[in-house]
Amino acid sequence: MRGVNAALGAAGLAAFLALGEAVPRLSLVKEAYFPPSSRVASALAHEVSDGAFWSALGDTLVGWAIGLAIAVGAGVAAGVLIAIVPFLRETTASTIEFLRPIPSVALIPLAVLLYGTQLRSVLLLVVYASFWQVLIQTLYGVQDVDPVAEETARSYGLGTWARVRHVLWPTALPYVMTGVRLAAAVALILAITAELAIGAPGLGQRIAVAQASQAVPELYALIVVAGLLGLVVNVGARTVERRALAWHQSVRGEVAV
Amino acid sequence: MRRPLLRLAFAVALPVVLVAVWWAASEGSSDPFWPPLRTILKTFPDVWTADRLRADVLPSVLRLAAGYAIAAVVGVALGTFVGSYRRVRAVCEPVLEFLRAIPPPVLVPVIMLFAGIGDMMKIVVIASGCVWPVLLNTVEGVRAVDPVMLETARSYGITGVGRLRDLVLRSASPQIFAGLRQALSIGIILMVISEMFAASDGIGFTIVQFQRGFAVPDMWTGILVLGLLGFLLSVLFQLVERRVLAWYHGLRAATRRSS
Repeated sequence: MRGVNAALGAAGLAAFLALGEAVPRLSLVKEAYFPPSSRVASALAHEVSDGAFWSALGDTLVGWAIGLAIAVGAGVAAGVLIAIVPFLRETTASTIEFLRPIPSVALIPLAVLLYGTQLRSVLLLVVYASFWQVLIQTLYGVQDVDPVAEETARSYGLGTWARVRHVLWPTALPYVMTGVRLAAAVALILAITAELAIGAPGLGQRIAVAQASQAVPELYALIVVAGLLGLVVNVGARTVERRALAWHQSVRGEVAV
Repeated sequence: MRRPLLRLAFAVALPVVLVAVWWAASEGSSDPFWPPLRTILKTFPDVWTADRLRADVLPSVLRLAAGYAIAAVVGVALGTFVGSYRRVRAVCEPVLEFLRAIPPPVLVPVIMLFAGIGDMMKIVVIASGCVWPVLLNTVEGVRAVDPVMLETARSYGITGVGRLRDLVLRSASPQIFAGLRQALSIGIILMVISEMFAASDGIGFTIVQFQRGFAVPDMWTGILVLGLLGFLLSVLFQLVERRVLAWYHGLRAATRRSS
């Protein structure tokens, strides 16, 4: 079954590429706006042989990774703290609900003024956007702790730290991992957006340059790279999630049932 | 009577403290980038007059609404189609996963090639970024429709529009709403980004103008407006979701009580 699906998927991908080749060749759309797949592929090959491309890719990944790490660390710490102290939970709920929907790109002008095109501009946006994903999921996760398990641990005399370690954390982890997976995708979007809009070094900046110089096939090639990067981030986050939750029912269940 | 009052106090306390801290900390600020909150709030009514709301906020919101609506309709329709047929799903999945993985803001330069820099470009950008979460969540939701219910519907002769509306879309609707929620935040991002790139009006355009002119307090008011807009749209979304999914939340609460 799996093999058949993979074959069908490959056929779909091939059809997609063939369509991308045929539509501009048949002049259904202007070739200047929509270059055929083969020209995008050769532009991509050209990019890959360019050292500057790799350093831009590296810049994007560094911004993404540092931003994500800060957001996950801060989100989990704040989430656990807020969730286990009822007073904090009640007082912060409205503030979180208000701050969360503020679009992170609203901070772009501020980032430009404060840090110009430095890495810190990118980090400001990335951290702001991905922090909420982790925080909210951590809050949900800690609230999901079974009160019976919590009471049992208490009556067996487990201390606060032991209860966090053995009761709270295993319950919250699946939620936290969901948050991390969402945050990883959001962080990439914001890293590339920041480079695109602010001009901080990275893939986004290369895209902006390609657009400004009317290098259309290169533009498409860079977008393909951005998409592949997104794909790698998604697949990677899913793999990490599955590894970290290998003991959990939701992952084990896939095999056993 | 006491409980709601207490809850209100809890809800308001921290925001009040935060605003007070911001006010006090920035009061004597001479840093040009962090103007006193007093100045920002004083600037606010001067900048966001009724004229400006009509000239800048309204066009932004209309573009967002148009792009979002297109994405919702296309995403649900295509998603239902793809999700209903196993073969179609297998063929489309890798391509859809790839298209979804493209960070939506990079579409702005490409779509500018086709659609120029007018309203059309912004609507297309918003629609093409928002459509993926809706589409893929709809596929997931439609795929997960209870096969027993599908069989039951078949044996009762429920087909066509009735089957689609009362069974397939209804049982997929919690998933569809999850997708619509993700799409909303992407839509707001794209609304702002597309205006920052090329526009002659809109909130994103105005904020960047302020920033380039070093009108820092004005820029801060723009950030506040975007924050308020994001908040309002999210509240609106929650209201709609709660109404449409009332049956679902009720069902979940009931199963939780009984278990």
